[in-house]
Formats: sequence, structure tokens, C-alpha cells
Amino acid sequence: MPSIDQFRSEPIVETIGSDRTMVLNMGPQHPSTHGVLRLLLEIDGETIVRIKPDIGYLHTGIEKTCEAKFYQQVIPMTDRIDYLAPMSNNLAYVLAVEKLLGLEIPPRAMWIRLMLNELTRINSHLVWLGTHAMDIGAMTVFLYCFREREEILKMFEMVAGQRMMTSYFRVGGISMDLPLGFLDYVKNFAAYFPDRIEQYSDLLTNNPIWIGRTKGVALIAKEDAVELMLSGPTARGSGVDWDLRRDMPYAGYDKLEFKVPVETAGDVFARYQVRMGELRESISMVKQAIANLPDGPIKADAPKIVLPDREKMKTQMESLIHHFKIVTEGFTVPEGEVYQGVESPRGEMGYYVVSDGTAKPYRVHMRSPSFANLNAIGVMCEHNLLADVVAAIGSIDIILGDVDR
Amino acid sequence: MALQPAITDLELLKERPAVACLLSELPGALQAAKFDRDELTIWVDSFNLIDALKLLRASSTTQFAVLADLTALDWFPSEPRFELVYSLLSHARRERIRLKVKVSGADPYVESVTGLWAGASPFEREVFDLFGIRFQGHPDLRRIMMPDDWEGHPLRKDYPVEGYR
Repeated sequence: MPSIDQFRSEPIVETIGSDRTMVLNMGPQHPSTHGVLRLLLEIDGETIVRIKPDIGYLHTGIEKTCEAKFYQQVIPMTDRIDYLAPMSNNLAYVLAVEKLLGLEIPPRAMWIRLMLNELTRINSHLVWLGTHAMDIGAMTVFLYCFREREEILKMFEMVAGQRMMTSYFRVGGISMDLPLGFLDYVKNFAAYFPDRIEQYSDLLTNNPIWIGRTKGVALIAKEDAVELMLSGPTARGSGVDWDLRRDMPYAGYDKLEFKVPVETAGDVFARYQVRMGELRESISMVKQAIANLPDGPIKADAPKIVLPDREKMKTQMESLIHHFKIVTEGFTVPEGEVYQGVESPRGEMGYYVVSDGTAKPYRVHMRSPSFANLNAIGVMCEHNLLADVVAAIGSIDIILGDVDR
Repeated sequence: MALQPAITDLELLKERPAVACLLSELPGALQAAKFDRDELTIWVDSFNLIDALKLLRASSTTQFAVLADLTALDWFPSEPRFELVYSLLSHARRERIRLKVKVSGADPYVESVTGLWAGASPFEREVFDLFGIRFQGHPDLRRIMMPDDWEGHPLRKDYPVEGYR
């Protein structure tokens, strides 16, 4: 077997740089890299000649860890990948396992999943808007965004008991029904939130400083977006009219009415417009989900896969046995492989799950949107000004947990 | 939604655009196909990988212009040990397929697809890093997740997961 040594190249710092240029290190502790992204910038004056991301600082081997867990134990791992969109990750994984099992979930669970997914999108976009605006210098927006995000985190805490690492979805449904008063809380939020979006928009959209920092900056061409495997708002800002929720519906998105915002300019401002449009669509989808929410069970009728109710488990022998078996031995999944892609706030979040017929997955691979979207950094920044790097990174909205896994 | 048995008979699958396209334009490349859980998987031999991907991308009946994902599987201890997994997506036809290539464990390498999709570069680096599969023609094949001086490839099935190393 050939030794790996021949592929270990020189440290990047020594291979880039010439007489005219200098190499500048940015990160991994730079506050505007949204985590632990390290960038190596080769600059000529204030112009960037080359930019190379160095990732892996948050690599925790989640894919390997999953192979040692039961199927249901993987769910908490998925929260920790994209920690700003836990429900999207939960959804992608449980959909993949349900597809492997051939399991159908009851309508109430489906609508609750939809509603929470769109709330997750709002949550994630609010963090993006706040931090992105702050990076560029508009401090006020951050405080307003986090005020509303706090409300969504409270909702997550109400349903899951956790603000960020929710692990609320289960294979075959959701872990427990919505608490009392939850829907009123969401309705109240959905009533005033559209006005709040306009407030953020008022602060930024016509603001000359914001326009100056974002319009025509960090361009991505449509052809490049496809070739660089970009997805989500990053690609839609460049005119790629593709949204998995509309074009390959999953989890009941075909029952909702919504538009997919697309911009063609391909700059930071276009991506900002796309995400602002998505905020408006998402809150309307939350309202539709509440209006359509039926009564009924929240877990599929599959006793060998779904944990029984607490009440049944304490009173019925059969349920007690199933509970014991699932917790100690897991449930087996028929052999096969599936790929399930969902539209996470950042783009296509795909789970490739391979089963060998046992209670533990043979392989779980996450196709994370941030990992692919980071490809755009080269076309966005090269031959542009150093000061625009921060705007460019903010506009592709990467999460380093999602990049490194 | 009860599970249907997987279809592996090529005769039953030859009507599918991707299979038909490969059979007519690139005879001999296609090794096997499987339709399972609404997903089509196609195995091609590694020498024809680039041609098959080019064909599926360009042909008007398939139009798989987007590479959605690239990863690998380790079937240790069976041989050929590795499988490269290319998930292709067609925006125009709203369809996915999975293209797989078997690679031997003794000297695992395939051609790089960075010439077709520049964005595949970090994905190939990740597979190289975590599985130790080389990609010929990759412009910058270095470890991406693990430190440069790391030994071994963590996602291989024979990589020790416990104990002192």
C-alpha cells in the first residue's frame, strides 16, 4: 500500500506567497468567521490574490461515532452538526431511517414536524441576519434579531425541554405531544413577527452603508454555483431556482403553499434578499401548519420500533417487553441504503444511511450544506478587497460544526 | 408504505433513462443496477467512471448536472473493499440517482471528478483523509479533517475505536 507521506504536502503558508504578495492568517479565533474557520489569505496590497480555507478544527468524528450507536441514539448526534438548525438535521435523519424501514408517520406528527422545521429556519436566519449585520457594522439589528430568536428558543424549550439541542423528532413520529398553551404562544408570535421582519428590513434594505457594503460584492455566477455544488439561499441568490421543499417535496411540504425567493444578482445583497424572503415565507408556513394541525396520535403504530407510551409501559406486559427490547437492543433495520436530502436553512442537508440489517447503522454520512457552500469562498473573494471577506463569509452563512462534523 | 423487494434484474431496469443511456452509449461500463426504496443505484467499473459521469451529465435524457454528494463505503474484510458513492441530482428532471464504483483495498484509487465539478475537491479530500482512497488528478490532495501528521484513516472499518494506540 502506498504511504500517505507522499501526499502530505508542504504547509500552505510556505507554498503560497511571492515577492509581491504577503500571506495573512485569519482565524481560527477571528470573531467574524462564525466559529473556528481559518483562512489563509495571500494579499497584494489590499487585494486578495488567493484564499484558502483551513478546516477541521471542530472535527469530532460524528460519522464514525454513529456507527457505534443504535439507530435511535444517533438522533442527539445530529443536533450537534448544525447547531443552529437542530430540527432540520433531526428531520433529515429520521426521514432517512423511516425510508429504510418503510414506516409511515401519522399526520399530526407530520404537521408538527413541518411547523417546527420552519421555526428552525426562522431561528437560524435570525442568527445569520444579526451576526451578518454586526460583522458589516450595523449593531442594532443584532439585538432585535436575538429578541425574536429568544422567543423561538422558548418554544423549543417548551416542546423538547432544550433550547438548542432539541432531539425532539423520533423515528416514527415525535417524542411527545405539544404542551398546553404552546399553539397559542406560536400563534401570538406568528401574528407580530411579520412586522418585525419589516423592521429589520427598514434598518437595512435602503440603508446606504448596507447597500455600499453588500451590492456588487462577492459575486457568484450561476454556472459557478452549480459547478461548486452550492445549494440553498447561497445558490438561489445567484439565480439557481431550486428548493427541495418545492421541487422534491418531503415530509409533507407538498401540502403547503409557498413561494421560493430567487434573486439573480449573485452578490451579498441578493443572498440577503433571498433569506429575508424566506423569513416571510416561513412564518406563513408556520401559520398554515397551525391551521392544518389535526388531532390524533403522534407516533406510528409500530411497537417494535417506536417506544410505547409511559402509561402503557407501566400497565401492559407486552409494552414493557417492547420498551425493554428497544432500549437495550435497539430495533433492527432491513438491509439497504437511502439518501434523504432536506432543505435546511443553509441548503441541501443530506443523510446517506446504509443498513446491514443490524440495530446499528453500517454507515451514516452527512452531506452538509456548509461544507459544500464553503467552496464559494474562492470565487467570492479572489481579486476583491480584504475588507469584503467578512461580508462574503457572512453571506454564505456557514456553521463550522456543519462543515467539520 | 410497506417495503417492496429490491429490483436488481437489469432487464426490468433497462427502461430507466440513466440505465438506458449507459447501456447504449457506453456499453460494458455498467456492471449492475438496483432499484430499492424508490432510489436507483448503478455500479460502473472504475475505468469508465469519468466517461459515465460525463455522459449522465450531458445526455438530454438524463441531465444529471448536479453532483449532490460524494462519499465512500468500506466493506472490510470483503473484496473489492471500497465503494465510492456519487449522488447525482437533476434539477431539470427532479430526480436523483446513485452511481457507485468498486475499488480494491490493496491500492485504492479512482480518477478525480474535480475536472467535472470543481466543488468536489473538498469532498474528495475528505474521502482521502478518512478512507485513504486516492484521487488521481486531484489538484490538492491533502488531509482536510485530521491533522497533517495523523496516522491511519478513521472511517475505515479496521480502524481501532478503543484502546491505547
